[in-house]
Amino acid sequence: MVEKTPKLDFFTYVALIVGIVVVGFPILYAIIAATLPLEEVSKVPMPMIPGDQLLVNIKEAWVRGDLGTQLFNSFIMASGITIGKIVVSLFGAFSIVYFDYRFRTLVFATVFCTLMLPVEVRIVPTYEMAANLFGPLQGVWNALGLDSIISWFAGHDIEVSFELSLLDSYAGLILPLTASATCTFLFRQFFLTIPEELCEAAKMDGASPMTFFWKILVPLSKTNIAALVVIEFVYGWNQYLWPLLITTNQKMTTAVIGLQHLIPSPEDPPDWHIAMAGTLLVVLPPVLVVLFMQRWFVKGLVEREK
Amino acid sequence: MLRKRSYFKSKGLAYLLVLPQIIITATFFYWPAIRGIVSSFMRSDPFGLKSTFIWFDNYINLFKDPLYLKSIVITLIFSGSVALLSISCGLFLASMANRALRFTALTRTLLIWPYAVAPAISGILWLFLLHPSYGVVAIWLNRVFGLNWNPLLSSRDAMLMVVLASSWKNISYNFVFFLAGLQAIPKSLIEAAAMDGASPFRRFWSITFPLLSPTMFFVTVMTIIFSFFESFGVIHAVTQGGPGGSTNILVYKVYQDGFIGLNLGSSSAQSVVLMLLIVFITILQFKFVERKVQYTG
Repeated sequence: MVEKTPKLDFFTYVALIVGIVVVGFPILYAIIAATLPLEEVSKVPMPMIPGDQLLVNIKEAWVRGDLGTQLFNSFIMASGITIGKIVVSLFGAFSIVYFDYRFRTLVFATVFCTLMLPVEVRIVPTYEMAANLFGPLQGVWNALGLDSIISWFAGHDIEVSFELSLLDSYAGLILPLTASATCTFLFRQFFLTIPEELCEAAKMDGASPMTFFWKILVPLSKTNIAALVVIEFVYGWNQYLWPLLITTNQKMTTAVIGLQHLIPSPEDPPDWHIAMAGTLLVVLPPVLVVLFMQRWFVKGLVEREK
Repeated sequence: MLRKRSYFKSKGLAYLLVLPQIIITATFFYWPAIRGIVSSFMRSDPFGLKSTFIWFDNYINLFKDPLYLKSIVITLIFSGSVALLSISCGLFLASMANRALRFTALTRTLLIWPYAVAPAISGILWLFLLHPSYGVVAIWLNRVFGLNWNPLLSSRDAMLMVVLASSWKNISYNFVFFLAGLQAIPKSLIEAAAMDGASPFRRFWSITFPLLSPTMFFVTVMTIIFSFFESFGVIHAVTQGGPGGSTNILVYKVYQDGFIGLNLGSSSAQSVVLMLLIVFITILQFKFVERKVQYTG
């Protein structure tokens, strides 16, 4: 600092330590609870010294909550959303920035508007859509009265119905959350800062658009991609409302939703040690991703909102 | 709209590239949004067999419904408290971390991780801490302050619990932005003020704080959006809108009326109100933030 302020410096460090402890307390408490046996965890107040039951509790949570299956589902969902968003957005931004066509502005505006529609505000119709992907087609079919026309030709009543349900499927968990205006923006923003000469040179060398994309654009976007991988993985892993709606089968649900079943209700024995052991397992993957990829994560977060 | 002067000519490829985005956007954003708007003007029976067009009746009923009006008030109290708590804590910790020069990276690591915790899990962690019979904080509150703390039965305590759980998760997000904002402020400005004899507190209020105001605005908008929408996880996992509807925020009410009550017309009207709200917030954000906020990562 500029001048010597020993008192303020002391205050700074004390405040930071207190802040870190207070922010960390919920998870610290969860870790301790996860190491204790039932008779310890239900003591009032719970002892603050860790026990030796961590592995036992984790095993119990794993089995009771069917966490193996659910963590796998979470992993598929989070990676699916991450990869899907990044690929779709890279292609979209490439098209918007590096090509010139009549509907480009319209395409851009169309994508832009979705910024304003989080899944939470359109849950019922989005759910209907996922329940039958061919719903709109059926609507058009019915509106045109095609059933009666076919029936007339065939001479007897025929009813045609189109159905493709995404409920309880990985596609249903992933696809509706894949379109992302923010990722497209980020890539667009970044592509616009890339010097014109690169594209000119590539064209002069006779490179096709896709060669330019794979050989130049994607390698240049590495940092942005890394940052988005962290952000979108955390986003996908932590989704709540959508998996809650779209999965009814326990085997298809994600870990964040499934954890709910481990929380003791007033009638159950107070198995908080099992609940907390399960919580640690579910929290661990995204926390590790954020901690290990911190540099990219912060860069992506701050840049994303530019 | 900006574009490159140098571009590729193949129009077919251009459309092909943007097609996946258009298909997904049309299928999962536009069609549902239009359906939602249409059904907000309809009354349909719970099985969706029959529906009649009723103009603005759903909206009129909505704003006559004391439960909805209560939900608006609850949402305002909830988001206001979450914003106040998480922004002040985030700013305080960021300015402290910014001062602790040698340890900035370390403190960032130790404070950033709650971002990765799902809102629902944040709710579960705080439920455990504040549980009337087993929670260490709850027991402490009861013993030290003689409070009859019980978030499972008391409306006030339940609200406090969801506010704490949501704010806790959001502190780390705000912290990241404030720290980035603080580090972008030119050191020379602070040094010049110090040479003129301004105390650290004076410098904070007269220089840092005004320069940080665009970040402040942005963080406020984001926190409000978070508390409006993403807090769904906290509410659903912990209180389910209860006790007695005391934590039934707007987004939870959409879900409850739509999926549990099967009142599609009302739920759609509520969705449209929320949509208008977020459109308003987004425009606000673009108008002010796009132009004024300057970050250097």
